[in-house]
Amino acid sequence: MTANRLYGPLADVSGDAGYAEHPQRVGFFTDTSVCIGCKACEVACKEWNALPEPDGDVLTLTGMSYDNTGALGSNSWRHVAFIEQPVPANGHAGELITQQPVDADGATRWLMASDVCKHCTHAACLDVCPTGALVRTEFGTVIVQPDVCNGCAYCVSACPFGVIDRREDDGRAWKCTMCYDRLRGGLEPACAKACPTDSIQFGPLDELRAVAQSRLEELHAGGETQARLYLDDPDDGIGGGGAFFLLLDEPEVYGLPPDPVVTTRDLPRMWQWAGAAAVVLAAGVAVAFSGRRDTA
Amino acid sequence: MAALLARAACCLDEDVEPTRIAKWPALRQLTGRDRLGRGAAVRSPHTEAASPRTASAERVVASICPYCAVGCGQKVYVSAVNGKDTVTQIEGDPDSPVSRGRLCPKGAASKQLVTTPARQAKVLYRRPFGRAWEPLSLDAAMDMIADRVVAARAQTWQDERDGTAVRRTTGIASLGGATLDNEENYLMKKLWTALGAIQIENQARI
Amino acid sequence: MAECHPVAFQWVVEAKRRGATIVHVDPRFTRTSALANIHVPSRVGGDIVLLGALVNYVLSGGHEFREYVTAYTNAADILPADYQDAEDSDGLFSGYDPVTRTYDNSSWKPTGERDLTLTHPRCVFQVLKRHFARYDAELVQRVCGISEADFTRLAGILVRASGREHTTAWVYAVGWTQHTTGVQHIRTAAILQLLLGNMGRPGGGIMALRGHASIQGCTDIPTLFDLLPGYLPMPRAEDETLDGYLTRLPDTGFWGNKRAYLVSLLKAWFGAAATAENEYLFPLLPRLTGDHGTYRTVLNMIEGGVKGYFLWGQNPAVGSAGSRLQRLALAKLDWLVVRDLAVIESATFWQDSPEIATGELATEQIGTEVFFLPAASHVEKGGTFTNTQRMLQWHHKALDPPGDARSDLWFAYHLGKRIRARVAESDAERDRLLRSLTWDYPESGDEAEPDAEAVLQEINGSGPDGKLLNGFGELKPDGSTRCGCWIYSGCYAGGVNQTARRKPQSEQSWVAPEWGWAWPANRRMLYNRASADPQGKPWSERKRYVWWNEQNGEWTGHDVPDFEKTKSPDYIPPDGAVGPAALAGTDPFIMQRDGRGALFVWTGLKDGPLPTHYESAESPVVNDVYKQDTSPASVLYPRDAATSEQLAGHAATYPYIFTTYRLTEHHTAGGMSRTLSRLSELQPELFCEVSPQLAAERGLENGGWATIISARAAIEARVLVTRRLRPLRLADGAVVHQVGLPYHWGSEGLVTGDVVNDLLPFALDPNVLIQESKVATCDVRAGRRPRGPALIELVDSYRHQAGLEPLDSWTASTQEGS
Repeated sequence: MTANRLYGPLADVSGDAGYAEHPQRVGFFTDTSVCIGCKACEVACKEWNALPEPDGDVLTLTGMSYDNTGALGSNSWRHVAFIEQPVPANGHAGELITQQPVDADGATRWLMASDVCKHCTHAACLDVCPTGALVRTEFGTVIVQPDVCNGCAYCVSACPFGVIDRREDDGRAWKCTMCYDRLRGGLEPACAKACPTDSIQFGPLDELRAVAQSRLEELHAGGETQARLYLDDPDDGIGGGGAFFLLLDEPEVYGLPPDPVVTTRDLPRMWQWAGAAAVVLAAGVAVAFSGRRDTA
Repeated sequence: MAALLARAACCLDEDVEPTRIAKWPALRQLTGRDRLGRGAAVRSPHTEAASPRTASAERVVASICPYCAVGCGQKVYVSAVNGKDTVTQIEGDPDSPVSRGRLCPKGAASKQLVTTPARQAKVLYRRPFGRAWEPLSLDAAMDMIADRVVAARAQTWQDERDGTAVRRTTGIASLGGATLDNEENYLMKKLWTALGAIQIENQARI
Repeated sequence: MAECHPVAFQWVVEAKRRGATIVHVDPRFTRTSALANIHVPSRVGGDIVLLGALVNYVLSGGHEFREYVTAYTNAADILPADYQDAEDSDGLFSGYDPVTRTYDNSSWKPTGERDLTLTHPRCVFQVLKRHFARYDAELVQRVCGISEADFTRLAGILVRASGREHTTAWVYAVGWTQHTTGVQHIRTAAILQLLLGNMGRPGGGIMALRGHASIQGCTDIPTLFDLLPGYLPMPRAEDETLDGYLTRLPDTGFWGNKRAYLVSLLKAWFGAAATAENEYLFPLLPRLTGDHGTYRTVLNMIEGGVKGYFLWGQNPAVGSAGSRLQRLALAKLDWLVVRDLAVIESATFWQDSPEIATGELATEQIGTEVFFLPAASHVEKGGTFTNTQRMLQWHHKALDPPGDARSDLWFAYHLGKRIRARVAESDAERDRLLRSLTWDYPESGDEAEPDAEAVLQEINGSGPDGKLLNGFGELKPDGSTRCGCWIYSGCYAGGVNQTARRKPQSEQSWVAPEWGWAWPANRRMLYNRASADPQGKPWSERKRYVWWNEQNGEWTGHDVPDFEKTKSPDYIPPDGAVGPAALAGTDPFIMQRDGRGALFVWTGLKDGPLPTHYESAESPVVNDVYKQDTSPASVLYPRDAATSEQLAGHAATYPYIFTTYRLTEHHTAGGMSRTLSRLSELQPELFCEVSPQLAAERGLENGGWATIISARAAIEARVLVTRRLRPLRLADGAVVHQVGLPYHWGSEGLVTGDVVNDLLPFALDPNVLIQESKVATCDVRAGRRPRGPALIELVDSYRHQAGLEPLDSWTASTQEGS
């Protein structure tokens, strides 16, 4: 059982999923401090993955800054959030991230961040999938196999980030595959390739974590004391993300859960309790039956 | 655990051929390293077959993004789809010293620019005072336009103005976008100048 | 830059990471601001005050790069005694004629004397100092709404990042050009960069970010009324002879070879028919008699003088200023040819233009015959784009275009063939050029596509033996060479399509000279001789770029030297020298007649030799610097001039400034983005951006609707209330609100919306006739606009309040004529 854990650090996710030999685990490091909100990631993803096109008649402005995508979904596997944030006059020391000059009304800064499936080390979507549609790949990523998915949607409610989503027309669940087909061909995912400022970086997860740490230190040294890494830690509630982020503020500001926990964390314990209960029940039934026999 | 162990069995195909029994996910799950059925044991044919469509492109053509003037390098992948040459992908060219393989949302959408059904592929004609478009052959359109240029030029030709030779027509005007190739602009300017048309303008003015 | 040139912005992000300070000056806090170190919000239309104050900061603080300025600029030139500066006559220079609104520049021409100590009171350096002396931090606050502290911080950064060891780059786009004072904005930046020694040096310069794939190419090989290829001017009526015409260009510097450039062009166009005896057919070229630009031409259309109009991938019904007039003009044509990928508003104006809805136009009364011809996309044809760095890049053909779609090359070529066939038997003098035209390019395929490489070869030029030239240095004035565009000569050097070179960036130097081909002569940085000191040594080892190699007796470096290769730094031109030989070994600006950077421009500018602050044609603010309120030479066409002048003092009716711009997710007038679902869904609706204060003042709600009314039109837009736009406090505490309006929408495509450009006037920069679309005035009200004729009533109610005539009388003459 030690190799098949559902919680905590896991050094070899692909090995844990039965791949004897496999490439290094790869991932995304999204450095939001250099995101310009251009949405090239959203478009490159949709073009590569041939995601369904929207109906022109229903396209309307959301009124949420420059975000008209709204959220990750079955047809949007990258989503750029735009946060227009009031900054108190003394609330921001660094000069690496711009804010307006402070006047009587304070100042504003504009945070942008491209969100994506986290390809969790412990992926609840995968754990709850009853059909084997969700699968860990040899690259350590998590994908939905469209030829298996039956649209039961257990995964949808299991995801602590609300990433995975069913398509209305075909009923199946869809999400970022980290361009699994491209990875198989030795290519980087479409979003990371397009990203003009390298806000989305792709590579071996270990290397990305080192890059992220050094970028964080750079920002801290520049006075951006609120900068932080998100989902980079193998000790966190999902065992660390295969996609992790450098944020400039609390995760909630970006619409991300502050302390996500894999929803299947307690599954083994639940099964232990269930098992114990079953034993007790069985014993009780046995007693009852034996009693009945006795009395029969 | 029971649920996890059982999951692979759910996707058993009732009509699986005996020779493929070894590929049954449940069997793989129970006999292989992926005892929880979350990886190697439950890979589907779709997953096993995954490969980038660019790898099988019949040709890869070097191009330049047609939107802004940064001039990002593009690679255009062409394959035959239903016997017809089709652009299957356009993405950044990592060799470009300008763009290093990156593209903005417009550049990243350029495949759709080329393949969108919104493109009008046939000539349309609206007659004077007409209420609807009508079809017209390209050849007929070219002749009609040539006739109109010749006539408009003849009608509006100015040999001189205020006693000075000007040798021109102001009866024809042209306004080009700035996605025109240099070669196209060159032929246009050459032709217009020989025609004496001077109101030849471009987005570059705007 | 991050908004409209995101991929280029990667270099800014990288520079920032290496320690560069990024400052963004913009009325709005944009995606560029978000990643800059500092954003400086500024009132749109105040740029000359801001830049002029930086010039003053440099000069009054003695921060100029003195050795560079003395050696490489015209700072030492002494001006004539009768020169009067704008400071002397309240905003006007000497030589102004208020009736014609033009200048006679005879009092601006330097005397020929120079003072290398830069102390003579009439030397350019001292004149410059006096001219900008009043442009200070306080004026910047009063005019632009930038606090003195922010200005001083900005000035400090600029000065610290300039000098021998450091360079500053300025990057601009149409935020500087689309003004009645557009050229002077760039001029002010040029003055600043010359004073700081930032021209011709790595990391320096002034970069224009052009918005379209080959907008640079469209001026190099111009489809512009006033130019021939290679920036040779179109002949004017007074240019009766070739010799006479050539006197308009300098005799010294590289323009000195002008005859070779022009004669080679005429030989390329007219071949054997062009001879020395017939002045290479120069006398037969059409002549200009004033402004024949696109805005003037549209007015001519309205007046009925234009029969036919060609649009090539251009959508003036949405994309040009005064779009309403553009559409009214289209309705007055006999015929219109539209070439595009998809059906655009300029092709369907007779069906669905806003004027149909208001009842001003009726489909069955529009006599315009319309031809829509589908165009090939960039992957369906071979050819070159010239990017914003003057680099030509060949894009290869990947597949055939669909159906009737053809390249514009095909259309121009085959239209030319058909026209020529129709005049083949003509002996009329006016058909002589047409009949003489070299018009025989190899054709291929079922569609008889002309060979674009053959056209590029003609552009490159060839010698008497037909061999392709290696560069413009080989051009001859005697008719023995042919060259379609002298600055492009060398793009086919060695018989190789240099523009198609694609040596990976990882396999060559950082200058990447083997990717594509940059004009002129594959130089990646212009005037790069200035990267070395007068003796030819790099100003700084860090910033070395090209330098004089004494041993080999030649210029060398990372780039192709923009200088005669073997001209020694100690070369002194003999008296009476012409052409390049007239420039000394220390004169880096080789296209200038004196080889020096022009702090003061005595010829070529129509609105003064030095940049001077004028208010925009429409502004709620009166000029705080001079009595002369707006540009004295700006081109305001009668119909609009009346509007603009009457608008002065009507800030009560149109109290707010609006500014138009583009978004990352769309392209220009939408023809290449609103038809694409991938882009349309990202920005599905027209919106206006307003500050929370303005929203409160006008009762606007985020996500709700607003109606924006100018003197010309009223449009509706969804509302984005954002703190990224902020009211600016100007002189005596006056508050100015600015409204942001992206202009991509129209009636066609997947996402539609009102046409923002309807709001704009025809107010043009006098030098280049670009419209002022970055600033005009409006009112904003909550709610949607009226439909039908009530829309015109709304516009008229405002016009009435401002003392203007009703809109229908304003456009009444559009209904007369043909």
